[in-house]
Amino acid sequence: MSTLHTINKSPYAHNALSSCLKVCAMNDGILLLEDGVFGALISAPGAQELQILIKHGANVFALVNDIKARGLEEKVAPDIKLIDYNTFVQLTLDHRCVQSWY
Amino acid sequence: MDHASIMIFSLAIYSAPYSSQASYTAYQFAVALLSQGHSLHRVFFYQDGVHNATNLAAPPQDEFDLQKAWQQLAKDYQLDLVVCIAAALRRGILNEGEAKRYDKASHNCAEEFTISGLGQLVEAAAVSDKLISFGY
Amino acid sequence: MSKKILLVSRHAPYGSSTAREAIDVALAAAIYDQDIGILFMDDGVFQLLKDHQGKYINQKNIDSMLSALALYGIEKIYVHQESLDNRTITTNELILDDLQLLNSIDVGHLLSQQDQLLSF
Repeated sequence: MSTLHTINKSPYAHNALSSCLKVCAMNDGILLLEDGVFGALISAPGAQELQILIKHGANVFALVNDIKARGLEEKVAPDIKLIDYNTFVQLTLDHRCVQSWY
Repeated sequence: MDHASIMIFSLAIYSAPYSSQASYTAYQFAVALLSQGHSLHRVFFYQDGVHNATNLAAPPQDEFDLQKAWQQLAKDYQLDLVVCIAAALRRGILNEGEAKRYDKASHNCAEEFTISGLGQLVEAAAVSDKLISFGY
Repeated sequence: MSKKILLVSRHAPYGSSTAREAIDVALAAAIYDQDIGILFMDDGVFQLLKDHQGKYINQKNIDSMLSALALYGIEKIYVHQESLDNRTITTNELILDDLQLLNSIDVGHLLSQQDQLLSF
């Protein structure tokens, strides 16, 4: 079974995303939310690792409301899927547990 | 949705309203899961999350009132909003009984919120299909 | 009903209440007979150092709270090895003996095998 990881801190200031990336398995999911959505930027620390995970089959998501609120819609790295709160609920059902990194 | 796919959720909220976005995210998550027909067994407020329960907050009228939103959601869906007693007492969130016990001049635990022990978080973990933590 | 629960503790002691309040949850879970384990990683491993003297900042010692875990029957205590290494902490500096050291891949496996995660 796989884990959904949520990250709500900016990777420019915190280790929430980098710690998550260390333990994230290829069939896990990562959801960036709140200030965690700064991790969706192409230039973000951890962006390369995220792209590698995506290429190996992991799913990376960002909450679209948090992306839009911060004016980041045009800056999101490719293959990061923008989702709403309803899909967030569905993701928690698609994974066995949720680990919140904050 | 067919009956078999209804899941039981509980949420654990560790952040104060306004200072942090996390309790707002938790609220939106709660609205979404309830609108999908799932069940919300309990919302447990712990650490600075207990500040969600004060009835003395007076946010400006043109701002989203998260506490009112929780209260309305609790009324609409008969939710169990539980505030951890140990965390609440330390941070000055008291109901009438606790105010009397500690000889305090007033109490401030809002309607729809119940003060109880950490066992309520443990019980929520035990009986829910999904427990989601919302950190600060 | 008992579920397999893992508490993940990632925050340093004293500067915020998170570490202390996470331990309180672990103890409560043990009191209610849940199958509870604890994983320390990131700055959470600083909780495990010996010889805390919280009296200097008027706080109760966290390390003595951790010593109580065994008394409550909490035996599954995991530590992320890389978090220790990054902080140049060796296992003989730690307050607890019966720790299971895990590499990052093992931590991922551990997370995926739980019924519930309590993230702190």
